[in-house]
Amino acid sequence: MTYCPIEPARGKLLTFRQIQCEGGTLSRTRTPVVTGWFTGEQDAFRLLGTRCSACATVFFPREDAFCRNPGCPGGELAEVPLSRRGRVWSYTDSRYRPPSPYVSDPELEWQPYTLIAVELESERIVVLGQTVPGVTVADLTVGMEVEVVPGVLNEDAETTWTTWHWRPTGVTA
Amino acid sequence: MLGAGMHPWGKWGRGFVEYGTVAARAALADAGVDWRDVGSIVGADTVRGGYPGYVAGATFAKALGWQGARVASVYAACASGAQAVSTARAQILSGIADVVLVVGADAAPKGFFRPAGGDRADDPDWLRFRVLGATNPAYFGLYARRRMAVHGDTVEDFAQVKVKNAALGALNPNARYRKRVTAEEVAASAVVADPLRLLDICATSDGAAALVLSSMEFARRHGAGNPVRIRAVSTVTPRFPNTVLDLPDIATDSAVAVEPAAETFRASIARAAYEEAGIGPEDLSLAEVYDLSTALELQWYEDLALCGEGEAAKLLREGATGPGGRIPVNVSGGLASFGEAVPAQAIAQVCELTWQLRGTAGDRQVTGARVGITANQGLFGHGSSVVAVR
Ligand SMILES: [Zn+2]
Repeated sequence: MTYCPIEPARGKLLTFRQIQCEGGTLSRTRTPVVTGWFTGEQDAFRLLGTRCSACATVFFPREDAFCRNPGCPGGELAEVPLSRRGRVWSYTDSRYRPPSPYVSDPELEWQPYTLIAVELESERIVVLGQTVPGVTVADLTVGMEVEVVPGVLNEDAETTWTTWHWRPTGVTA
Repeated sequence: MLGAGMHPWGKWGRGFVEYGTVAARAALADAGVDWRDVGSIVGADTVRGGYPGYVAGATFAKALGWQGARVASVYAACASGAQAVSTARAQILSGIADVVLVVGADAAPKGFFRPAGGDRADDPDWLRFRVLGATNPAYFGLYARRRMAVHGDTVEDFAQVKVKNAALGALNPNARYRKRVTAEEVAASAVVADPLRLLDICATSDGAAALVLSSMEFARRHGAGNPVRIRAVSTVTPRFPNTVLDLPDIATDSAVAVEPAAETFRASIARAAYEEAGIGPEDLSLAEVYDLSTALELQWYEDLALCGEGEAAKLLREGATGPGGRIPVNVSGGLASFGEAVPAQAIAQVCELTWQLRGTAGDRQVTGARVGITANQGLFGHGSSVVAVR
C-alpha cells in the first residue's frame, strides 16, 4: 500500500489516489504530497483553498474548521480553486541540499532549484512554490507573471509524489 | 537589571545545561546575589536538548542546586529569551518575586535547522521542508531579493552590514567570530540562497546568556542606586491579515476581506515597545537587532523607524549605524559575529544593552549611552523588543 502522509480525507483527491493505489499496477502511483491542496491535470490544474461564506476570506493552505478572520462571526468554509496566474513577489534558490523531510537522493549531485513567492491579485495572498525545473533566478524578475502547473516533487519505489510548480507565462515546457 | 552574564558563543561540543549554568553563575556574580536568595527562575527552552530542554527553568535550577525557587519555562522560538525576560518582569511588577534569574542556552546542530522528527502534516514547519525544501535562509533570500527590487538595495549594501558587524564582533570577547571581514570576502563566499551568500547569513552556535532582574526596591536595598532599568518588553503577535510572508508559512493571510494594517508586524513590535517605554526612535543611543541575515538588519532599521521606508541602505552608507554614528546598531557584533543560539540570543541582546548603559562595554562602548532597544522576531508570530534605560 502506498504510504500517504496526509490523513484528512477530503474530496476527490483521496478517491483518485485510492483508485490508483488499489488498481494494483506495478508502475508508480501518482500521489499528491499533500491531500486537498491542488487538483486537475494540465490546463485544468489549480491550487485549492477554502473561502469563508461569511467574510469571503480565502485560505491557503486550506482551513476547514474555522475562519481565522478575528472580526468574522464565522461562516462555512467551502473549497475554492485559486487563480492560475499571479505575479512574482520575490524569488530565491536553494544552492545546498535541504534537510529531511525534504527528499533528495544523497547519491546524486545536488541540483539547485528555484523558489518563488507569487502574489495572487484577486485573492490578495502570496503563495510560495518551486518553479518548474530549468527556471533559474536569472530568468526571473519581481512583478513577472507566472502560472501554476502540475509538477513532480520526488519519486520513490512505489510513488510519484506530485506538487505544484510556478512557471513564467509564455514558457511552454 | 542587577546582573548579566554569558557563556561565550562557539561550537564547544558540550551540553546546553553546562553553558547555561556558566552564564547563570556569571550573572549572579555580576549582581552580587547569592543563588539561594533568588525567588524565581525562568528558563528559555531549547528544542534540541530533549526533555531537559523543554523544562529549561527546572533544568537550570537543579544544576545550580535546588533551593525551592518558583520556576517557569517558556518557548517562543527566537523570541524565547524576551518572553523569559517578560515573565520575570511580570512576576517582579506583580510583587510575587523580588529577584528573578533568567537563563537561556543552546547547543546547536551542524548545518540548517530542521523540524522535529516524524511525519507531521499538520505542522507548517514540517510542511515547508517536505513540500518546498524551504530552509530559513530561503526565506532570508526572498526578503533580500524583495528589498533589492522595491528599495534598490544592492548585494554590496548587504556585504557592508557584515563588514560593520564583523569589525564590532572582533572587539567582543563573547562573540564566536572575532575576525574582521572585507566586502571582497563576502562576495567571494558561496551563494546559499540567492542573493545571499554564506557570509550574509548567520551561523548556528552554542552559547548561553543570563540576567538577574529585581525590583527597584530590592536594588536600592542591595546598594545598586542607579541600575539599568527595563522600561518596556514588547511581546506582540501579528494582526490579521498578516501580509508579509513569515517563517515557516507557505502563504500569507489573504487580504481580500480585511484591509491590512498600515504597519507591518515587525514595525508593530517596535511601536509597542516605544509606546510602553514612552520614548521614540530619536531617543535611542543604540539598538541590537536580529540580523539573521545582513539584509534583515537593514529591514529592522526601517521597522524600528530609525529611518523611513526604503532608506535603510542610505542610513548604513552614511555610517549612522556604525561605531560613532547617530544610532549604532549591533555594537555587540550581532548574530553575524555570534551565530544564533536560539533561546540565549534575545537575552544576549539585553546583556549587551546592560553593559553599554553601564558604560562597561570596553572597546565597543557607545559614548554616553542612555537608552537602548533590542528587537527580534520568533517563528510562528512572536514579536519581541526590550527597551532599557539608565
Ligand atoms: Zn470569515
